[in-house]
Amino acid sequence: MKKLINSPQTLLADALRGVAAAHDQLSVDFENRIVFSTAPREGRVALVSGGGSGHEPLHSGFVGAGMLDAACAGEIFTSPTPDQILAAATGVDSGAGVLFVVKNYTGDLLNFEMAAELAREQGIEVASVVVADDVAVEDSTWTAGRRGVGTTLILEKVAGAAAARGWSLEKVQVLAKRIADAGRSMGAALTSCTVPAVGKPSFDLPEDEMELGVGIHGEPGRKRVPVMSAAELSHALVESITTDYDFSGKPVIALLTGLGGTPLIELYAMFAEVSARLNERNITIARSLVGNYVTSLDMRGCSLTLVGADNEILDLWDAPVNTPALRWND
Amino acid sequence: MSEALTIDALQQWLHRFAFDITTQADWLTELDSAIGDADHGTNMVRGTAAVVAKLDGGTTGTVQELLKAVGITLVSTVGGASGSLYGTFFLEMARNSPSDVQLNGSELENALHAGVNGVIARGHATVGDKTMIDALEPAITALSQSLADGRQLQGSIAAAAAAATIGRDSTKPLVARKGRASYLGERSAGHIDPGAASAAILVAALAASIGERTA
Repeated sequence: MKKLINSPQTLLADALRGVAAAHDQLSVDFENRIVFSTAPREGRVALVSGGGSGHEPLHSGFVGAGMLDAACAGEIFTSPTPDQILAAATGVDSGAGVLFVVKNYTGDLLNFEMAAELAREQGIEVASVVVADDVAVEDSTWTAGRRGVGTTLILEKVAGAAAARGWSLEKVQVLAKRIADAGRSMGAALTSCTVPAVGKPSFDLPEDEMELGVGIHGEPGRKRVPVMSAAELSHALVESITTDYDFSGKPVIALLTGLGGTPLIELYAMFAEVSARLNERNITIARSLVGNYVTSLDMRGCSLTLVGADNEILDLWDAPVNTPALRWND
Repeated sequence: MSEALTIDALQQWLHRFAFDITTQADWLTELDSAIGDADHGTNMVRGTAAVVAKLDGGTTGTVQELLKAVGITLVSTVGGASGSLYGTFFLEMARNSPSDVQLNGSELENALHAGVNGVIARGHATVGDKTMIDALEPAITALSQSLADGRQLQGSIAAAAAAATIGRDSTKPLVARKGRASYLGERSAGHIDPGAASAAILVAALAASIGERTA
């Protein structure tokens, strides 16, 4: 294993020191591993998210004016703990309540649920929204349900803008739920990732094969297939997403995220194909993001997310945002 | 013989649990990389080491206070689903333990029952889902059965540990229905569940620590 680290044990703490050193508009609670926004939040709803580390910029890169108020960093691929999430909630609540943005993983659900119980005991109004957008996972009572991936960041941006405009907790939650319901994702990996504490790839993938429907924690995908071209893979991703949800005739926000180890030039080659496939299906890309936004350490591959939008959602998407990873109109 | 479990005995159990987790951490992580995300060993080592530090750090008072401290420590240090579930196990044990410096056999049985039920309530898993419940539920059933048959506590805990091991191994052919392993569908079959493996270590540690004390 070759990595730019001091040691696997100190990686998260070291990275948080780097976040603090790089971004003046953030304040880092090192003990609780929380990244806070310094943007004013008096009298408005605050947004808290978090999850295992290793998906950067998700979530700490989306903390700042117009998006998240705090992000709790768990150990790599491990959800944050209830005491940590509670500290984030008490740190950001100004009386208008807190929305927890939770990705649908068992650990995240259980820890945010325990944190919400503790926060309510302290008189903080808490609402939650769960993102479960990965179509690779069958949504049935026989699984933990769909994983939360790319829709999370689109939701954090749009709900963050609504909170900045002074919407009530109930209204922000309804909006967030609407985004979560209208988002679908599907990913593929060319390689596994290497968890620093483990030191070797989480799974073996032969040189001529890829994992279709891969998760973002080094968990293998649903199906192993021969490596496809950008055209073939984009067809497969768009097909999986659009057979699950009918986006035709609607504007969408499209996100093509790299999984951490993929060059941007490959992502753009993929996005050209994705865009063509969506055109054929009469789906309009109203807004798009291409880059490394929801990653899985050093995994090579990508994940496509589509979120059905309307004028209200697009207006909130365009609203000012100033975070390390997303910044416009501010 | 005395059928009570003292604070010392409980501490010995937890030390033993931490020790066994450490020595088997690589195996737990290996199991987790087959069907999960390759961090179960690391996370459990971090949590149980924090428990040992907590125990070594000061007075623990009653059984209830001890178990509560253990639960809170695990919740705040393990992370992931395991932290919440192991934490809930000890917090529920604490809530159902006497405010005393020891537990008798039936009190221990009640507390363990409450712990297992807490895990079931938090995680919504049942036997056959390929989770820690596949080790814990048979263990508690075996314990109750053995005590009801009039066997002593030590032998009954040993029976529970044996049942936990069988339960752990029973997860191998199962298709996971909970947690990250469930994303694999049929591909999750053929591997022991890491949560069931660490849960079996927990019960075995209890049996071993009681065995050592009375040996």
